[in-house]
Amino acid sequence: MSDVFMIDGYELVVGLEVHVELATVTKLFSASANRFGDDPNTHIDPVTLGLPGALPVLNRQAVELAMRIGLALNCSVQACTFHRKNYFYPDMPKAYQISQYDVPLNIDGWLELPGGKRIGIERAHLEEDTGKSTHVGGTGGRIHGSDYSLIDFNRAGVPLVEIVGRPDIATPDEAKQYVTELRQILVAIGASDAKMEEGSMRCDANVSVRRPGAPLGTRCEIKNVNSVRSLGRAIEYEARRQIALIEGGEKVRQETRHWDENDGRTHTLRTKEDADDYRYFLEPDLVPLAPEASWIDAVRAALPMLPRERRARLSSATGAPSDGEAVMVVVERGQDDYVLAVAAAGADVSRALVHVKEAYAEQGATPAIPAADLARMIVLETSGKLTSTQAKTVLAEIVASGGGDAEKIAAAKGFEAMDTGALEAMVDDVIAAQADAWAKYCAGEEKAMGALVGAIMKASKGKADGKAVTALLQSKRG
Amino acid sequence: MPVTPQARISPDAVAKVARLARLDVTAAEVDRLTNQLAGMLEHFADIDALDLAAVEPMTQPYPLVNVFRDDVVKPGLDRDEVLAVAPAAEDGRFRVPPIIGLEG
Amino acid sequence: MTELSNAVDIANAVRHGSVSAVAVLDEYLARIDARESSIHAFNLVTREQARAMAAKVDADVKAGRDPGPLAGVPIALKDNMCTRGVPTTCSSRILEGWKPPYDATVVTRLAEAGAVFVGKTNLDEFAMGSSTENSAFGVTYNPHDTTRVSGGSSGGSAAAVAAGFAAASLGSDTGGSIRQPAALCGVVGVKPTYGTVSRYGLVAFASSLDQIGPFTVDVRDAAVLLEAMSGHDPLDSTSIPQPALSVQGSLDRDVKGLRVGRITDLPGGSDPEVEARLAESFDALAAAGATVVNVELPSMKYGLTAYYLIAPAEASSNLARYDGVRYGLRVDAADTNAMYMATRAAGFGDEVKRRIMLGTYALSAGYYDAYYGKALKVRRLISDDFARAYQKADVILTPTSPIVAFPVGAKVDDPLSMYLCDVFTIPTNLAGHPAMSVPFGTGAHGLPVGVQVLAPTLGESVMFQVAAHLERVAPGGAK
Repeated sequence: MSDVFMIDGYELVVGLEVHVELATVTKLFSASANRFGDDPNTHIDPVTLGLPGALPVLNRQAVELAMRIGLALNCSVQACTFHRKNYFYPDMPKAYQISQYDVPLNIDGWLELPGGKRIGIERAHLEEDTGKSTHVGGTGGRIHGSDYSLIDFNRAGVPLVEIVGRPDIATPDEAKQYVTELRQILVAIGASDAKMEEGSMRCDANVSVRRPGAPLGTRCEIKNVNSVRSLGRAIEYEARRQIALIEGGEKVRQETRHWDENDGRTHTLRTKEDADDYRYFLEPDLVPLAPEASWIDAVRAALPMLPRERRARLSSATGAPSDGEAVMVVVERGQDDYVLAVAAAGADVSRALVHVKEAYAEQGATPAIPAADLARMIVLETSGKLTSTQAKTVLAEIVASGGGDAEKIAAAKGFEAMDTGALEAMVDDVIAAQADAWAKYCAGEEKAMGALVGAIMKASKGKADGKAVTALLQSKRG
Repeated sequence: MPVTPQARISPDAVAKVARLARLDVTAAEVDRLTNQLAGMLEHFADIDALDLAAVEPMTQPYPLVNVFRDDVVKPGLDRDEVLAVAPAAEDGRFRVPPIIGLEG
Repeated sequence: MTELSNAVDIANAVRHGSVSAVAVLDEYLARIDARESSIHAFNLVTREQARAMAAKVDADVKAGRDPGPLAGVPIALKDNMCTRGVPTTCSSRILEGWKPPYDATVVTRLAEAGAVFVGKTNLDEFAMGSSTENSAFGVTYNPHDTTRVSGGSSGGSAAAVAAGFAAASLGSDTGGSIRQPAALCGVVGVKPTYGTVSRYGLVAFASSLDQIGPFTVDVRDAAVLLEAMSGHDPLDSTSIPQPALSVQGSLDRDVKGLRVGRITDLPGGSDPEVEARLAESFDALAAAGATVVNVELPSMKYGLTAYYLIAPAEASSNLARYDGVRYGLRVDAADTNAMYMATRAAGFGDEVKRRIMLGTYALSAGYYDAYYGKALKVRRLISDDFARAYQKADVILTPTSPIVAFPVGAKVDDPLSMYLCDVFTIPTNLAGHPAMSVPFGTGAHGLPVGVQVLAPTLGESVMFQVAAHLERVAPGGAK
């Protein structure tokens, strides 16, 4: 086990809890709109505000999306109930949150990381979100030192699914992969836009350390991680903090800590002794949720191809590794269908992968040129009629114009790759003219090739394809 | 009301419950409540004798399941009407004193 | 006008145009003006709104539009039902002056039926109590004897009908809060099957036990009101997906062949006169051809315990929202937590605080299984007992209250004694069944006695059938 990740001889044990805002039109228990970024308190109703006499009614679409999440994460979907989690906070209008406790909707699944490791998923349950508070008067908008706070209940009652992962994550990188993969799944199934920076996906990390073979260490919960990068930094910081404590003879105290992106450290938020007793009990204003087998089957059947399957498909078509950068990036951007369409239009699929990856480098960039156009360009390249440098130039123009005929564009630019016969003749001429360099190259001096290639490129006025030249020289040497 | 030696609830527990319920109670009130609650719990001890191991809890008076709403927006409340009767408001939001000493 | 004292007669007369809704309203307002100061049934008399509603009914009648089955009927609403723009206080300082921005479903339905709302009635604070002495705004006195209580928690609504301030009123019943004051005030009071009347807009006390129901001067009125209020509400998840109840048709059926259950292990301690009235009610039904059968409800005696663990537990959670943030009373403080503590200490009365404490304790870590968890199982036992009993009986009769109206102040220092007022009413709330109180003679000091008719889930028809007969044969006439 020489490649087990360790810091100073300690293993990391990380479990992630991810809260996801569902992409429903209305809230979980009332018909106010589920919208981000509008004027404060413009999506409110008696249920959202916890007015006396208000009662919750469950949004069917929220259940549908929650089941999609569970099934996409290989969970079992079961009949379930709702509980009240009682605690006081100004953004909690009823002073209790309706959530799921001992019998949640989805249980016992897993998420497979791109490299193949499975991270267990204990449960994925439905619950309602709280309102949002802003703190006025303190430094940096924090509670500490503030003069007062203002509460907006637009977000109160928005449907959430809380995904509780098992502590199978062993490195900061795995944690980042988990969240990245989870996000892609959520977007692919249409359950959420899962934007950490907007708060529609929130990640808390439970981190502990231990010596190999030792029992689990005391864990701390890290909150306020707002990006994938922060997640990695926070886990690494926290692990080192705990190791330093242990090495110094102290105990790690079980507590919740707040990640501060600015100073790159975690700080105590509250200890376990301060924690409220939530007094969970079955929500008497709701009735049990028991999705019929036919509903569950329909949701499962309607799941789209998930990122892992897309990567496998693209890898199988191109031979590139499924957890290699090219396949990962193109699938993450949602450009894999396009790559395969370009291949289906007659192009070499590996070249298609490379070109799409480079031409559409932004997240979410949708290739807009007709697949056939790109395919024709690639055919020119692979048949030797365009060098790879020329191919890139032609492609750039096709992309800028939203399409185009590669041959016409190449001709307009005066690009013609040399045909193989003419190229070979030119190579032979240079070999004859550079006899010393040729002799040295044949004797095994690889450096001598540079002079030969340079002379060939000069003679061809740049029309020779560097790769083809090198290949010819090597084959003539034997 | 006499408090039995094995009082069913202690003043400490009463004070803790008061904190959980966010009820400010004086020391005298804690004593009074301890007596009253202990007396009640003593009375309610009649169910301790029952063998309930095989009994299913009853959580619903009428057995309904799967009650839903459609995912359609309906008009809500007017912000001005709501904030007009709020204890304190500013900038379209509810205003509260600094949020200290609470879990969030 | 005094011959029009029941809702059906009023509605018929108004619909036919033989009397105007405004004239009816004036009669009732005059009665309120004459006697309300000695009864204190109301937290608020809504004169202007009532006049507007009556005027609208009259306009509808004039224009040939159907004004509804309750056209022009003056109705009072317990002050724990949300009425838009009209203060809804639950007789608590923590909601003093609070105007809801929405109407409860029952309020909307009765208004659409043509009712005229005369006011919001007094109650025990947040519906917790059996005498209306826990109101933050003063007690409601019994119209039969103003040195005595009206019962609770819907004391104001019961007294309003008994004193002729309204032709009918609405109350809420969690452990007997409609039936017990109905018995003490000598009027009809009905708690329908849980789930038949929407709870949307009813300020929650104990969610799995609360139901709204009518107080009326006679059984027929109660049937009409229940039909107007009941039926599925998509805004209440616990609302039974069925249309409105239909019970008027059973009022004139005879009781021949019905099986009337007598609980052999009924808890004792009732006034002898109350037990005598109950015995007479069995005799009256037997004389009319019904069969009296013995039933046992061995778990009934644990009902009080189960109730006083379940109801306060749910209440402790339902009342947590009163925190000074969004509405109601706020006592300012240096930080939010201190604000919560000060607001709730100042805003809640003693009984409410006591129940919140009890409920919080019953749910707390380490105690859930011993208290709340066990109480839910006892609830199951009681429900099962009733299921067995209703195989042998169509209805069951008990006294509604073990005692007649007691003097103001007699029980305030003895909470357990107060809780015993509900010993016969609580089990039906736990089981979710319907039950109603019918005036049946008098007891000590000539005070009203009520007999309780219990029926199985959705058994309102047979319940009303028996109640109507008892009303017809009641000693000393129906009132």
